Amino acid sequence: MDPIIILQAGVATGTVLLFATIGEIFAERSGVMNLGVEGMMLIGAMTAFSTTIATGNPWLGVFAAMLAAGLLSQIHAFITITLQADQVVSGLALTFLGIGISLVLGEGLSKAGTVSLLPSFSIPVLSQIPILGPIFFTKQNVLVYIGYVFIPLAWFYINRTRPGMHLRAVGEYPSAADALGINVFKQRYLYVFVGGLLAGLAGATISLAVSPGWFSELTTAGQGWIAVGLVIFAQWDPVRAAFGAYAFGALRRLILDIQGPTILLGLANPFYYNPYWGFFLQMLPYAFTIIVLVIGSREAIRKRIGAPAALGIPYIRGERGK
Amino acid sequence: MAESTTVKKKRVGYKLLVEPRLNPPPGWYPLVVSIGAIVFGLFLGGILIAFAGGDPIRSYQHIAKASFGDIGVLSDTLVKATPIMLTALACAVAFRMKLWNIGAEGQFIMGAFAASAIVLTPVLSAETPRWLFITVMILAGMAGGAFWGFIPGYLKAKLNVNEIITTLMMNYIAVAWVNFWIFGVWSEGGFQMSPKFPETAWLPRLLDYAKSLPSLRGLTTHGGILIAISVAIILWMVLNRSRWGYEIRLIGDNPQAAKYAGINIQKNIIYVMMLSGALAGLGGMSEVTGVIHRLQTSPLAAGYGFTGIIVAWLAKLNPLVIIPVSILFGALILAGREIQPSGVPKMIQGIILVSLIASDFLLRYRIRIVRVEA
Repeated sequence: MDPIIILQAGVATGTVLLFATIGEIFAERSGVMNLGVEGMMLIGAMTAFSTTIATGNPWLGVFAAMLAAGLLSQIHAFITITLQADQVVSGLALTFLGIGISLVLGEGLSKAGTVSLLPSFSIPVLSQIPILGPIFFTKQNVLVYIGYVFIPLAWFYINRTRPGMHLRAVGEYPSAADALGINVFKQRYLYVFVGGLLAGLAGATISLAVSPGWFSELTTAGQGWIAVGLVIFAQWDPVRAAFGAYAFGALRRLILDIQGPTILLGLANPFYYNPYWGFFLQMLPYAFTIIVLVIGSREAIRKRIGAPAALGIPYIRGERGK
Repeated sequence: MAESTTVKKKRVGYKLLVEPRLNPPPGWYPLVVSIGAIVFGLFLGGILIAFAGGDPIRSYQHIAKASFGDIGVLSDTLVKATPIMLTALACAVAFRMKLWNIGAEGQFIMGAFAASAIVLTPVLSAETPRWLFITVMILAGMAGGAFWGFIPGYLKAKLNVNEIITTLMMNYIAVAWVNFWIFGVWSEGGFQMSPKFPETAWLPRLLDYAKSLPSLRGLTTHGGILIAISVAIILWMVLNRSRWGYEIRLIGDNPQAAKYAGINIQKNIIYVMMLSGALAGLGGMSEVTGVIHRLQTSPLAAGYGFTGIIVAWLAKLNPLVIIPVSILFGALILAGREIQPSGVPKMIQGIILVSLIASDFLLRYRIRIVRVEA
């Protein structure tokens, strides 16, 4: 129950949500909501694990995971962008498809044993900083460090670069973007693909770094859906997404740790003596997602900020509208 | 031909022309497209099964034989179809209003929990006559599901909280809630299940009448299928023949118009979510009283709520069409239990749903192949 250890593990666990959430932010900023994150993550986790078993190289596993999830995302892109179908239903279908395919192709993987995982290490000088050092820079996985670098890059790309401006334009006002010569369809395909790549990376982060292995559907256990919820809380901003992701990671770790000691806050620990009380702890991440959504929605109403204006609306060239 | 008329060689090419349909397609067309999409989905699924090292033709033969082969397995198919039918109806009514209730799974489980609580608390003693027992459990199951639907409905109506995420999160909460009760309070000798219900709390099954009609021996089809079919018919009438149904459909098709027509959208969001939850909860009640006869998570949380989404969409949200489609999916799930690899039924469901959504394009657009000379 050492808070430093909980936060340290929370940052590692939160990296999964971080990649998935920022990936979904990219897709939604371009106007395409992809509810298939859970399916893409599962495909990623399965591909990463099986590729690493086959080749012995975890980096190859990460690459294959991103590619596989990216390809899966293109089904959603084709159905919603080219065929103009409803994004909600298509995203749901993508989740079912991703879960189904990864269960079929991942059959037997759970007994495959251990694989070589991605390396964990401490950063020389930074790990000496009091409190922050042990939490963020000590014995973390390489993907966790990649996550740190990725947050400001994603923010900078979306808010301060020309391609990022095109991305926002396509999501806010596609017909105006089209009139300025931006190819709306190409942009949306691209960012749905980016979302897929990052969901695949999130899946690989689970199976090769945070909780290594393949446990069929329990590998992700709804984290893809939590990521979709976090996007709303984050108000489509990568930096806010990072806070949310790490907080959720710490919460997941706290739930595990709280059931260990016999004495909790000076009292007999009910979760230790009656383990079935632990099911209430298991509810917490999901209950918190709902609470976080309520907070996000209230704030959105108050500040009059909201989703990208064209989110969920297929762009049809030549039709009047936004 | 081109050479004979002109001296210079003309290049003749073909081009796909996609144009929006101005008139709705003929009545038979959607059905043909849907069937085509299913066949296409099964074909793709076959390729993936082969890729995973299975034999697609034998898998499909097995599904057909293990689900419609004789009266016994047909009866088992109907047992599997019952919960799917009720969750599909639950999804259909919500989807008709473009309310994305992905939480039929959780509402189903809470319905089962509330119905079980009548036996296990116990609210009614084991000597209660069956008709009273079943009636009270039906009401409890519907109330349990409706309560689980009310929460996301209220949040959506009052605070505009995205119902997709909330309903989904509540699925996980429902599973943990039921686990708490069956691992702890109602656990039978430390096992992860409640004690068996008294027989007065069982829905009647066909095999109960085997004494007077011997051919019914061993048939496990229970009264839930009658409940499900009646609900389908009632729901069809409500949606298509009542004022409320008209309001639901109008909100779904054109919320702006509904608002100008003075329809209270917020109130309808809450009511429809509660109705949707109640139907799913009824499904859970029918499953515990008709099949499992005790409260236990693993056979309850088997994904009926998610299959219901696919079935509702496949039936184009028409309650009457949901009846046959549920039976088909019941067959798929029943036979799928023995198929290796075990994820095959889930994958096929996903592929069918994807190709079905894609096929909708053919209903909105006309694709013509035209010859172009350049």
